[in-house]
Amino acid sequence: MADETPQLETAAPGRLRAAGAWLLDDAARLSRTIDRVSGPVVEVDASDISRLDAAGALLLLKLLARFDLPSDVLALRPEHAALISAVAAADHREPPPSGHAPPTWRALLERIGQTVVGLGRQMTALLGFLGLTLVTLSRLARHPRRLRLTATVHHMEQTGFDAVPLVALLSFLVGAVVAFLGATVLRDFGADLFVVELVSFAFLREFGVLLTAILLAGRTASAFTAQIGTMKSREEIDAIRTLGLDPIELLVIPRLIALVIMLPLLSVIAAMAGMLGGMLVAIFDIGMTADLFINRLHDTLQLRHYLVGLSKAPIFAVVIALVGCLEGFKVAGTAQSVGERTTSAVVQSISLVIVIDAIAAVFFMEMGW
Amino acid sequence: MSAHSATTQPAPETERLAISIRGLRNAFGTQVVHDNLDLDVKTGEIIGVVGGSGTGKSVLMRAILGLRPAQAGRIEVFGRDLDADPDARRAMESRAGVLFQDGALFSSLTVQENVEVPLKEHHPELTGALRADLARLKIRMVGLPADAAAKLPSQLSGGMRKRAGLARALALDPELLFLDEPTAGLDPIGAAAFDQLLLTLQRALGLTVFLITHDLDTLYAICDRVAVLAEHRVLAVGKLSEVERFDHPWVQEYFHGPRARAAQATHVATKDT
Repeated sequence: MADETPQLETAAPGRLRAAGAWLLDDAARLSRTIDRVSGPVVEVDASDISRLDAAGALLLLKLLARFDLPSDVLALRPEHAALISAVAAADHREPPPSGHAPPTWRALLERIGQTVVGLGRQMTALLGFLGLTLVTLSRLARHPRRLRLTATVHHMEQTGFDAVPLVALLSFLVGAVVAFLGATVLRDFGADLFVVELVSFAFLREFGVLLTAILLAGRTASAFTAQIGTMKSREEIDAIRTLGLDPIELLVIPRLIALVIMLPLLSVIAAMAGMLGGMLVAIFDIGMTADLFINRLHDTLQLRHYLVGLSKAPIFAVVIALVGCLEGFKVAGTAQSVGERTTSAVVQSISLVIVIDAIAAVFFMEMGW
Repeated sequence: MSAHSATTQPAPETERLAISIRGLRNAFGTQVVHDNLDLDVKTGEIIGVVGGSGTGKSVLMRAILGLRPAQAGRIEVFGRDLDADPDARRAMESRAGVLFQDGALFSSLTVQENVEVPLKEHHPELTGALRADLARLKIRMVGLPADAAAKLPSQLSGGMRKRAGLARALALDPELLFLDEPTAGLDPIGAAAFDQLLLTLQRALGLTVFLITHDLDTLYAICDRVAVLAEHRVLAVGKLSEVERFDHPWVQEYFHGPRARAAQATHVATKDT
């Protein structure tokens, strides 16, 4: 295969001779050889080239371009002429498009600006979507038979019932951790007993609902986005519209109702599991009895704390369902878009849940509830 | 078919075959797609593979490409058995380009980056500038405007996506090109332009093309030979004029139905002018 090795040599002054196989495999080496050729060159004899592909043709043309030679000084085998002319036709040396990039600080400002505007738009879109959903809900209230009961129950099972083990386990563990922390700190003051208040206040007022909402934001909002997004990208949403059906009524309302019912129920389980975790730590770490724990719970706890906590659950449910569905409707075409929207749905719903919880905490404290 | 080969080509039969399939069997569970299928593809020809839905055209392509292991049979590409020879698979990857139905472009990369992917993988020694030059060359060879290079696949129309997919398939200067329904979903003008593009590229680059199609116009316009898949095997293979005359109900229906006659008529008309 010695004659296959690509070569470029000076055959006579001003005359280059190319030989061998000019293929993509040797393109890097040939490119360097071409860069090393020193002029002047007036003629290139490529008729000894045994095999030529588009990469080789491009390199030959580059060689000509380097010495500003017209293509007719290139001696070729007839079977290579078609390839050279096809490559030459495609290889108009245009300046590469786009080109000037703005300076970094301007790009940074631009991104910040775009993000802020995008955030504003997102909030407007979410409010608009809330309005649309409420209008649809009120219409459904007048025609309750239009409610998709089967779909609603199906989503209740998926978002609520199937999430029970996860919610219970994680709340139980968090409850145990809170109790451990409390026990460690309070022991120094001889106030071990206050672990009961710590765990019960934390879970009834905040953690029961908050943990459930965060878990469902990750688990359910993403599922809603992926479900609706896939339908959107397969034009099923358009099909629903052209069949005279309302995608909000068909897809959003069942999910919303399911979540509004299931999230409070799950948060009850979460609160119970959390307090159970706290109680076990109190029993095994502090040496409290279960009776003592429950008695103290009865003595110290007022119902209003639990009601305050539970009052947030439907709000979180609405936020998670709406963000999940809205992001699904925003999917545009590609599978990548489904992934992006799903991520966005999880991030948004978790952030919104925590922000709303913080605002609610301040509000309830100021009101003295 | 082989009448002229004795005079012009003294080389042995196997050297001129790009693909040689013997006794191929493909089955999904109990459903047999191919059984004892034989097919030869000659170097430098455009072979059109036709067949009704479910006759396993795409399965055949996937079997040749090794995307799907066959239950039985032997597939040789450029005279090398792909199953027996572990190096042959890798060698084929750089000698064969594939255009999937919707282009199968990587959606997170621009067209330019898509074309550069195989170059990066198989030729890491290329400098960035040369690689970009090669990619741009292929993008323009398939007839895309220069500004398409920086676009994402989602920003392109269906026809442009196919051209971009073709540019990626051609990135490594393959000798063998697999096309899965390249003109499906294109408007007639776009489809005709794509046919001409394929023909031009095939002639300039000396490609062997394995073309799956439903498009009768494509068959009449560019295919050297046609293989008809039916009854789990290659029912007929040969020049279009020979296959047309093959006595089988599906073949007769396919080549002599109203759409075939229309395609035939336009082809004859364009040849005369």
